[in-house]
Amino acid sequence: MEKYRIDPNKGLEFGLYTLGDHIPDPNTGKRISAQQRINEIIELAKLAEEAGIDFFSVGESHQEYFATQAHTVVLSAIAQATSKIKIGSSSTIISTSDPVRVYEDFATMDLISGGRTEIIAGRASRVGLFELLGYNLRDYEELFEEKFELLLKINEEEVVNWSGEYRASLRNAKVLPRPLNGSLPIWRAVGGSPASAIKAGYAGVPMFMAHLGGPASVFKRTIDAYREAARLRGFDPSELPVATAGFFYAAETTQEALREYYPYINEGMKVTNGQGFAKQMWAQGADPRNIMNVGSPQQIIEKILYQYELYGHQRYIAQMDFGGVPFEKLVKNIELIGTEILPAIRKYTAKK
Amino acid sequence: MKIVGLSGSIVGSKTRTAMNYVSKEIAEKYPEAEFTLIDLADYSLQFSDGRNYMEYEGDTGFVTKTIMEADAIVIGTPIFQASIPATLKNIFDLLPVNAFRDKVISMLVTAGSSKHFLVAEQQLKPILSYMKGQIVQTYVFIEEKDFYKKEIVNDDVFFRIDRLVEDTVLLTETYTKLREEKEAAYDF
Repeated sequence: MEKYRIDPNKGLEFGLYTLGDHIPDPNTGKRISAQQRINEIIELAKLAEEAGIDFFSVGESHQEYFATQAHTVVLSAIAQATSKIKIGSSSTIISTSDPVRVYEDFATMDLISGGRTEIIAGRASRVGLFELLGYNLRDYEELFEEKFELLLKINEEEVVNWSGEYRASLRNAKVLPRPLNGSLPIWRAVGGSPASAIKAGYAGVPMFMAHLGGPASVFKRTIDAYREAARLRGFDPSELPVATAGFFYAAETTQEALREYYPYINEGMKVTNGQGFAKQMWAQGADPRNIMNVGSPQQIIEKILYQYELYGHQRYIAQMDFGGVPFEKLVKNIELIGTEILPAIRKYTAKK
Repeated sequence: MKIVGLSGSIVGSKTRTAMNYVSKEIAEKYPEAEFTLIDLADYSLQFSDGRNYMEYEGDTGFVTKTIMEADAIVIGTPIFQASIPATLKNIFDLLPVNAFRDKVISMLVTAGSSKHFLVAEQQLKPILSYMKGQIVQTYVFIEEKDFYKKEIVNDDVFFRIDRLVEDTVLLTETYTKLREEKEAAYDF
């Protein structure tokens, strides 16, 4: 765990993540400028740090209704504006980027941030960026596997010799600068399915598992499959961190949380995925067995501890700005996290 | 209410002939409904490559988006080689898994012989259920002998299509009302 900068004694880490949603507010029909949105994300990271949150990450989505396509640039502003909180990408689409450039960017950020930077590499759930950046969607799997492997190699080896199909060969190449402490934590982003998780296990890399809704117990199968795959390949699962990522929204009461967040989830889904979120499914989100961490602080604490008991994971990251929830609501959420949720989670998960 | 008529083949005339009658019937009985007839023969569609339906352009994008916006869909299909045509299956493949959630789907089948009667029951309905459609259980099955010179010549077929259209609209109204009532109870 040390390699990935995780201290098991401190208990479950809590983080926030954003995809940089930039959508007209469904309650007012108005959309803030991209500039305001980006500045608010940077501000949010500062507030998260003040509240004692462990991790903050930004993802790239190359399409309309998002503002953080250049997520590394936003992250580097966050690196500058903060001093303690860990930062990362959620995720970096390595398939459509050059791993050398990605590594240079993140290693530089690691130096700026004083050793707080991590990479979460993913395959993209929306695929418009393949055309935009000049890649063939048919190579979806191979592009990711090859480039992710190269990224890991660059992380391990100061002098790289490599050849592959989708990038020019590297001969005695030095990828510089090097990160502050030799290497960066690099995670593999995984959708909820075991098939995808197994690949992270085979490679023996930490897994970041995203989830929408559904029973928490179902996702345990994914995590078990990951650990089992790692074990079969000779890795020690107890050395490999697991993180989960999904919807989060706290309000005074569970009913209020469901009511406030729903229009953003529904509209956000409509404009980015083409189908709203069924109210029936949303209502089930309140159930303690459901993996969506939406509700009163007490309800959320119970859910997160239940998930921790099931998964024994090292980090949970919360998506509370889906669909462009306005800044003041996010500030309120951070306040509830800092004053009520975090202290309880640490109390129950940290080793005394 | 938005209704889409989908004529699922790019060859032949029987399905289109029957769908034309569906269009006429909807226009006359339900002038307030917004009806669009999509005959796949009029469009050039690409095969599904797994992307989100909104990311297709041109004809493919038009067809997927129009279907996704519908409240009800009347699918007209011939039977080829004891199954639905590949062109129709491609439409399903282009759409998301839950594409027919909150939509009513009805079926009209044309076929060369009565041997094909159960194809819709055993092959089309399971796809529609999987995609979460509310199915109008009874479908209209029209055979070769019911057509002459690209016209329907069996009065019973008209009656059956009339009932299919009525049931499609009635079920759509009913499900919409039920859903509204149920959703109003959620308080979000």
